[in-house]
Amino acid sequence: MSKPKVATASLAGCFGCHMSLLDIDERILQLVELVEFDKSPINDIKRFTGRCAIGLVEGGCCNEDNVHVLREFREHCDILIAVGDCATMGGLPAMRNSIPLKECLEEAYLKGPTVYNPAGKPPSDPELPLVLDRVYPLQAVVKIDYFLPGCPPSAETLWQALTALLNNKPLELPYELVKYD
Amino acid sequence: MSTTLKRMTIEPVTRIEGHAKVSLLLDEKNVIKEARFHIVEFRGFERFIQGRPYWEVPVLVQRLCGICPVSHHLAAAKAMDLVVGADRIPPPAEKMRRLMHYGQMFQSHALHFFHLCSPDLLFGFDADPAIRNVIGVARKFPELAVQGVMMRKYGQEIIRATAGKKVHGTGAVPGGINKNLSISERDALLREQPKMMDWARGALAIARDYTVEHLKTLAPFGSFDSNHLSIVRRDGAMDLYDGLLRAISPAGDRIFDMVDNQRYVEYIAEEVKDWSYMKFPFIRSLGPEKGWYRVGPLARINTCDFIDTPEAEKARKDFASVTGGKPNNITMAYHWARMIELLHAMEKITELLHDPDLQGRDLLAKGERREEAVGILEAPRGTLIHHYVVNNNDQVVRANLIVSTTHNNSPMNMAVKKVAEQYLSGKPQITEGLLNHIEVAIRAYDPCLSCATHSLGSMPLAVELVDAEGSVLERRMRP
Repeated sequence: MSKPKVATASLAGCFGCHMSLLDIDERILQLVELVEFDKSPINDIKRFTGRCAIGLVEGGCCNEDNVHVLREFREHCDILIAVGDCATMGGLPAMRNSIPLKECLEEAYLKGPTVYNPAGKPPSDPELPLVLDRVYPLQAVVKIDYFLPGCPPSAETLWQALTALLNNKPLELPYELVKYD
Repeated sequence: MSTTLKRMTIEPVTRIEGHAKVSLLLDEKNVIKEARFHIVEFRGFERFIQGRPYWEVPVLVQRLCGICPVSHHLAAAKAMDLVVGADRIPPPAEKMRRLMHYGQMFQSHALHFFHLCSPDLLFGFDADPAIRNVIGVARKFPELAVQGVMMRKYGQEIIRATAGKKVHGTGAVPGGINKNLSISERDALLREQPKMMDWARGALAIARDYTVEHLKTLAPFGSFDSNHLSIVRRDGAMDLYDGLLRAISPAGDRIFDMVDNQRYVEYIAEEVKDWSYMKFPFIRSLGPEKGWYRVGPLARINTCDFIDTPEAEKARKDFASVTGGKPNNITMAYHWARMIELLHAMEKITELLHDPDLQGRDLLAKGERREEAVGILEAPRGTLIHHYVVNNNDQVVRANLIVSTTHNNSPMNMAVKKVAEQYLSGKPQITEGLLNHIEVAIRAYDPCLSCATHSLGSMPLAVELVDAEGSVLERRMRP
């Protein structure tokens, strides 16, 4: 029987949630016996190869690419989990939400003490995806089935959540594993 | 420009951290006319940090990057030490931070080598992408995979013992640190130490032997002459936590040396280009065309005069002998240099664990407040610069960050261009394996693009052939 597939993505996140997943340490070897990894930044599968049982998405949406990838995940995954504070609330990147985007771009590309910018404008090449007006949590864009808070959620939180769902058990995490920090 | 130029993109780049793509322009014979490595995310950190109290900064900024949060945590803390007037922090505090930093170096280098890059080296650049990943490594070389996982774990445990948490800890505070190392924490780390030393030696041997054995292919692979930059200790030794800025030319001549960190603005500038959110740093005296440079393990081995731990120093000499003592400009030599640092970090960890200062209680210092300060250290991926201005109300009013991966922007673009010319140019068919060659060169730099855009990201890769009018001719995706 083929193993259930798991896909992962980091959108407007820092990869810390992926690191926390790797912090399950030697249990990674157990995990790869339980599941097969589909699209994920840790392998070279760049497009979905089929239906996935679980999608783990870290980070919120800060540009049009993030929205596109998130919609793809919703389409291909039976269960979609928002992992970490950026995915569930926007997190630290959402600190820019109270500031006009133009000011953020100007600070980074025009005003800094080391900036050398002969063109006098921020990057705007068509190769670059459009930046959204603000950073959105995942549930503002698609339906999310589970939320795992934490910055990042601990390895134990991720492990217990994954193994419960893979074994068709209800996801009931003990109080100490559900942290907002 | 000819009207028959084709555009091709590789998107997203995988097994690196962050969002990026590669775009290529080819003529009618598939000869490469232009190759660019684009960073596609933007966060705006420099602006939204304004108004926050300075003591929050070491905890906030590490959220730029979950792979090397400790680097940002400590660079910000070093700057804030100066803001609170702590020109020197007490030895127990500095040693705790150093232990945290070497733990970070150890875990990050292990992660990069074993989890992200070893598949290319063990299976070949154009191996089947279905097995060319860490799970493939775990199946074929289980012992090696376990070592990689456990080495990373050890580094993470050091971070937890010094910072309170494996990812995004809170140990360093302006002026010092908020805990020392308990005897039980120390003993738990010492118990695993001999095994880690052995495995670090083993990892170095793998990287060294691989490089030496394949030198003929690897030496030209995406290689080019460049300047190199890092901090070094006052006596010229490699020092990853603290030192003065040194830049050398491709031949090894000093461009500047022993530059005070507070004056980095006079020596380094960053060019903004329209097609990437990542800026392009350069040495001011040489200008944007000639002043770009490399940072990271390769640059550090090149800039330092020696390493102050015996086994890593022996390895450095061995490394230097390949290029007759001259700076090594081989892109793929990054892996070997990185593993020398892995061993160096483990030697330093060993030294520190035996130092009774780590159980000291003098953890904080302060003095006369300053308005402006710069904190620089060598992060796993290279020189990391944090610069802040803080007002009388304790609020940050300006922040300028030049992160490790940003320094390597021009070199990575150069490597992409070289590999595209060497392997893809003029080929009638662009295969997945050929595309991975470009990614292999990018991965050598261990880019961390979340940091570099001060944004948030992950990495995938697709290639598109587009004609001059912009219609898609051919599309290849991974897998």
